[in-house]
Amino acid sequence: MTEPRNPAREASHDDDAAPLLKVEGLVKHFPIKKGLLQRQVGAVKAVDGIDFEVRRGETLGVVGESGCGKSTMGRLITRLLEPSGGRVEFDGADITHLKTAGLRPLRRDIQMIFQDPYGSLNPRHTIGAIVSAPFRLQGVEPEGGVKKEVQGLLERVGLSPEHYNRYPHEFSGGQRQRIGIARALALKPRLVVADEPVSALDVSIQAQVVNLLDDLQDDLGLTYVIIAHDLSVIRHVSDRIAVMYLGKMVELADRTSLYQAPMHPYTKALMSAVPVPDPRRRGAKSERILLRGDVPSPIAPPSGCRFHTRCWKATQVCATKEPPLLELAPGRRVACHHPENAADQVPGDAPLASARDAVALVGTAPPAAPVPPQAPAGEQ
Amino acid sequence: MTNLSKTGTALETPPGDGAPRAFLDVRDLKVHFPTDDGLVKSVDGLSFQLEKGRTLGVVGESGSGKSVTSLAVMGLHRLGARGKNVRMSGEIWLDGKELVGADPDEVRRLRGREMAMIFQDPLSAMHPYYTVGHQIVEAYRVHHKVTRKAARTRAVELLDRVGIPEPAKRFDSYPHEFSGGMRQRAMIAMALVNNPELLIADEPTTALDVTVQAQILDLIRDLQKEFGSAVVIITHDLGVVAEIADEILVMYGGRCVERGPVDSIFYEPQHPYTWGLLGSMPRIDREQTDRLIPVKGQPPSLINVPSGCAFNPRCPYADVPAGDLTRTERPELREVGSGHFSACHMAPDERTRIWTEEIAPKL
Repeated sequence: MTEPRNPAREASHDDDAAPLLKVEGLVKHFPIKKGLLQRQVGAVKAVDGIDFEVRRGETLGVVGESGCGKSTMGRLITRLLEPSGGRVEFDGADITHLKTAGLRPLRRDIQMIFQDPYGSLNPRHTIGAIVSAPFRLQGVEPEGGVKKEVQGLLERVGLSPEHYNRYPHEFSGGQRQRIGIARALALKPRLVVADEPVSALDVSIQAQVVNLLDDLQDDLGLTYVIIAHDLSVIRHVSDRIAVMYLGKMVELADRTSLYQAPMHPYTKALMSAVPVPDPRRRGAKSERILLRGDVPSPIAPPSGCRFHTRCWKATQVCATKEPPLLELAPGRRVACHHPENAADQVPGDAPLASARDAVALVGTAPPAAPVPPQAPAGEQ
Repeated sequence: MTNLSKTGTALETPPGDGAPRAFLDVRDLKVHFPTDDGLVKSVDGLSFQLEKGRTLGVVGESGSGKSVTSLAVMGLHRLGARGKNVRMSGEIWLDGKELVGADPDEVRRLRGREMAMIFQDPLSAMHPYYTVGHQIVEAYRVHHKVTRKAARTRAVELLDRVGIPEPAKRFDSYPHEFSGGMRQRAMIAMALVNNPELLIADEPTTALDVTVQAQILDLIRDLQKEFGSAVVIITHDLGVVAEIADEILVMYGGRCVERGPVDSIFYEPQHPYTWGLLGSMPRIDREQTDRLIPVKGQPPSLINVPSGCAFNPRCPYADVPAGDLTRTERPELREVGSGHFSACHMAPDERTRIWTEEIAPKL
């Protein structure tokens, strides 16, 4: 998956070096209003200044915990939401503040696949009506007619053309997700943003859909932004991966280096928390980092580095100065004062008191001196 | 309740009503729901045993009967419709008491005290109108004649034990004031308040983020060591069972297709469905693979379960056994290793060969 997926595509565009999508300082604050006059009393800082670009033909994976702003980011770059600040450029054109009419041609090029295959299909429309809606709305008349084209699409995503007149409730979750994919692909988009495309599906079905997305990318030369919380899925599908925390991008790197040597402490903690389907490794987990507590509220995010309240490497500077997203190694951008696997940016700074208790190292192997369990209180 | 005829008894289960052989002993459990479209056979002849201090992981796709089994053990099927919409048969022995035919009042006395459950979605499992502390105290006072003050002390202790900061203060919070991970901790506190001997956790971490999931699994593991209870973890995530379970039961179409010690299931699985589950998972601990190996097709309908082996329409090896065996005869669980059972028509040698030569190298 790392080699170019479709050599023909490379030549199809004049300006290959330029990224397909470029995002600078993207911000989205949702106002919180209170009282009779609905005065704004605060804001949920869902996305708070992120920069990245999506290259032609690649898959950019975006991971993070719930509330980190990854879905909002997806809706901003597809312009389902209007950014509060920053700039989004698609294929060289500024699309940050386009209005409905200006966005319409863009909808052909940028499409979205949604998480919930039950909520994203209208239960009163037939599959034919759902998948042909993009043609109707855009006034596109494909060669051979809409119906033939739609049946071709259904076949392409692994459904039968006879499903044309059926309704969504007749399909299982995995099949519905295929219908959503067929709809997204109808107008041959160039960028597909998939928000948790497989998280609602069973494991065996998940693999079918992941393979389908992979095949479609090879055949149609698509560029993907795949948003997910599952780090194993993200590693499987992505070329490059962005890690988000509380509205910020903390690390952006190619897949291999991110998984082999994460630089941001948060990335490291995230990866060590993934349960590994290998019981014999239970004993080898003394290195596992267990973060304490929860993600702070995006209404009042911590000062300085947003991760400093849960970070075991936090020092004084982390509480006051926000680390910039810097390229510390070729192709690897990290926002951290004290990165792992790279030179310390602010050496010699005094550690924060909170850093000592920030994490627990967990090993389920018989530890040298197990902590005696507390006597169960109130035993009957 | 209608008693169904006892057919298809799994081989390892002795016939008749012998004494229970384990702390939790489920024998030939069947839970069927009559609907307008036909009889939904959610659980169709399931047997397993679990001892105290052990953890059983139950895995399978949605609709394989995992949750229906756990609700049957908790005696929760008969509550909703007074037994009119469910047909249950078989035996469930908990600590020497049989629950399927027992008086509902008797089961109610056990529920919460001897067996407790942790649900997937703590927001809907808790009452939004009452404080978290109130709900824990209620669960305690139903089974213990103690003063409110004593119950409160006990609840605060439990909240503290499951890792909720400032438990005395959070006692008076409402569920919506808790984050997802904290709510799950509070629900664990509620389940543990009566020191139950059997704890059933139905997808306890599915709704949680991965860092919080690690915290909760760690907590469940610690609490089990401390209280010595038997734990059943129901999940679709093989990573979770590998972390926490001692034994694994793989369900498909309402039946057990394979069960055994955790190492046997992961390193010498003997059923093509288990191979399928292992192959469909992207793995963070292995070299990057180009493609996943999915299980083809869709999960079966529980009204028209495929004849013979329920997995045969999706099984890549359905034609390996001679004749039409996989389509005509339902395979029974057979012991293939120490404590390791598998329900497949293929000869054990053949399965071992396919696993070692064809499946394992691709994982």
